[in-house]
Amino acid sequence: MSEIAVLVEHRLGEIRDITFEMLAKANQLAEKSGYRTTAIMIGKGVEDLAGKLKGYCDRLLLVEDESMKFFVSDAYQKVLEDIVRERRPRLLLIGHTSYGLELAPSLAASLNIPLITGCTDITLDEGVEVVRPVYGGKLLARVEVNYPGTVILTLSQGVVKPFNPGKETEIIRKSVDVGEPGSKVFLEYVMPEESEVDISSADVIVAVGRGIQDKSNIPQAEELAKALGGVLACSRPIVDKGWLPQDRQVGSSGKTVKPKLYLALGISGAFQHIQGMKDSQLIIAVNKDPNAPIFNVAHYGVVEDLFRIVPVLIEKVREARGGG
Amino acid sequence: MDIVVCVKHVPQVSEAEVRVTSDGRDIDRSGLVFDINEWDDYALEEALRIREERGGTVTVITVGGEESDETLRKCLAKGADNAVRITDPRINLWNPMVVARVLAAAISKLQYDLILAGAQSSDDGYGAVGPALAGFLGIPHATIVKKVELRDGSVLVQRELEGGLEERLKIKLPALLSIQTGINEPRYVSIMGVRRAMRRPIKTMSLDELGLSPSEIEDESSWIMVKELYAPPVERRAEIIEGNPEEIASKIVEILKSRGIL
Repeated sequence: MSEIAVLVEHRLGEIRDITFEMLAKANQLAEKSGYRTTAIMIGKGVEDLAGKLKGYCDRLLLVEDESMKFFVSDAYQKVLEDIVRERRPRLLLIGHTSYGLELAPSLAASLNIPLITGCTDITLDEGVEVVRPVYGGKLLARVEVNYPGTVILTLSQGVVKPFNPGKETEIIRKSVDVGEPGSKVFLEYVMPEESEVDISSADVIVAVGRGIQDKSNIPQAEELAKALGGVLACSRPIVDKGWLPQDRQVGSSGKTVKPKLYLALGISGAFQHIQGMKDSQLIIAVNKDPNAPIFNVAHYGVVEDLFRIVPVLIEKVREARGGG
Repeated sequence: MDIVVCVKHVPQVSEAEVRVTSDGRDIDRSGLVFDINEWDDYALEEALRIREERGGTVTVITVGGEESDETLRKCLAKGADNAVRITDPRINLWNPMVVARVLAAAISKLQYDLILAGAQSSDDGYGAVGPALAGFLGIPHATIVKKVELRDGSVLVQRELEGGLEERLKIKLPALLSIQTGINEPRYVSIMGVRRAMRRPIKTMSLDELGLSPSEIEDESSWIMVKELYAPPVERRAEIIEGNPEEIASKIVEILKSRGIL
């Protein structure tokens, strides 16, 4: 019970940012509490990649096997069950990512230990306490975990700044007893389709959310985007409804954008959406709900029905442009 | 093909103001509209489509109080065959592992080839109950699924990774899939469906009937305790532009000009 373990997330030959974010959080917690940090890297042919973690942890457990060439949660789960039972870390941090959510809950079930997902902050002293967004990011919950053994936490992406504490990293190779091939098999990656419009390179983005109400209102927003010399993007619900293609989606499951102007129309600002646009240089949000979380990241806000603003704005923008 | 769909009755908060109760531990439910969790609606739709194609049954199941019957009725109205509600005040709904354990106990008594759940619920946002349930049942699973193709004895799924990337997996049945929004277009409830739903029973089950030890569930429930709910600290509150639409639009144009965007 003297370590904080972090599962290294990597894909297609790259260590994903969340790994360094988790290690930063683990090192912060470890420094205060006297714990040591252990990174766990599972894969095949990843030794060179593992070298990039030097300095970021006290120990690196490297588990390699042909069956772990691709991420498949069953295989990872077996390895982690053994490691947790053997090493009994106080915390096991896993990314709040697609891989993490595939793995952490069934791992917690098989070990019969607590799990809290989507943490944006973690404190560790006698007990474990986390903060996480609830109700679509409208509230935060401070949650206490009362359990003396290992607790699994998934850490949200982009909430911790990575740093390299320059630790003396000891690399330990660990062999695994791989059982029968599991009942889940990785087949292939499906790459995103080539985009007609690359929203991530646009200087001006007009983005629509649920507030646009109907597919027939999309052209109005598109017109505004054109008037501003920009492109049209959207939040997840618009893609779900099939009103815009997926390559227009901003957020953690879509694209991350940093335009000079991000004009959000009828977007409430769910946590996943904000992740994808919060670093825009200028954010203006139009939403009739004064409590929409989008107003907590926007520089300017308009609390008004977007349909009352957009037509006038199109006109004014055209005037301004025409007047040169 | 017999399918079980896990659903949750949740407040619709995307356009509502969410207030915290005076003890700071819960939300003020008055004035909020409750409905089926959005992700679960897609999961139910997927189940109904599979049944329409292949036959079988669709059973919806939830953990919650009597108010959850409204969501179960809606599922029945959409075409689910059976509805089950597990209810006990000792079940801590904020502990996803307890909810999953209770669901596992109930579902293990049912006939099933496939279990569908929403990829997450809009209230607690854990995204954990589905895959944890699979863990307790000892069956394979896939989460955040955007495409389901059934084969003999297995299912091909496409699941969402990040940044538009997806992956395809092959999973043996019986399996649990957690369904992402956008996988289909959920149907609306028909008048005929509502009438049919009123006649169908909702089966309720207690911890005793599930063979679960209430003291164990209480103990496990106590692992997780919500100490406080609060509004996120505001790092940067937007400067609100006031006026009529004309004035607002003019001010936006001024801001854009001053930033060299126009």
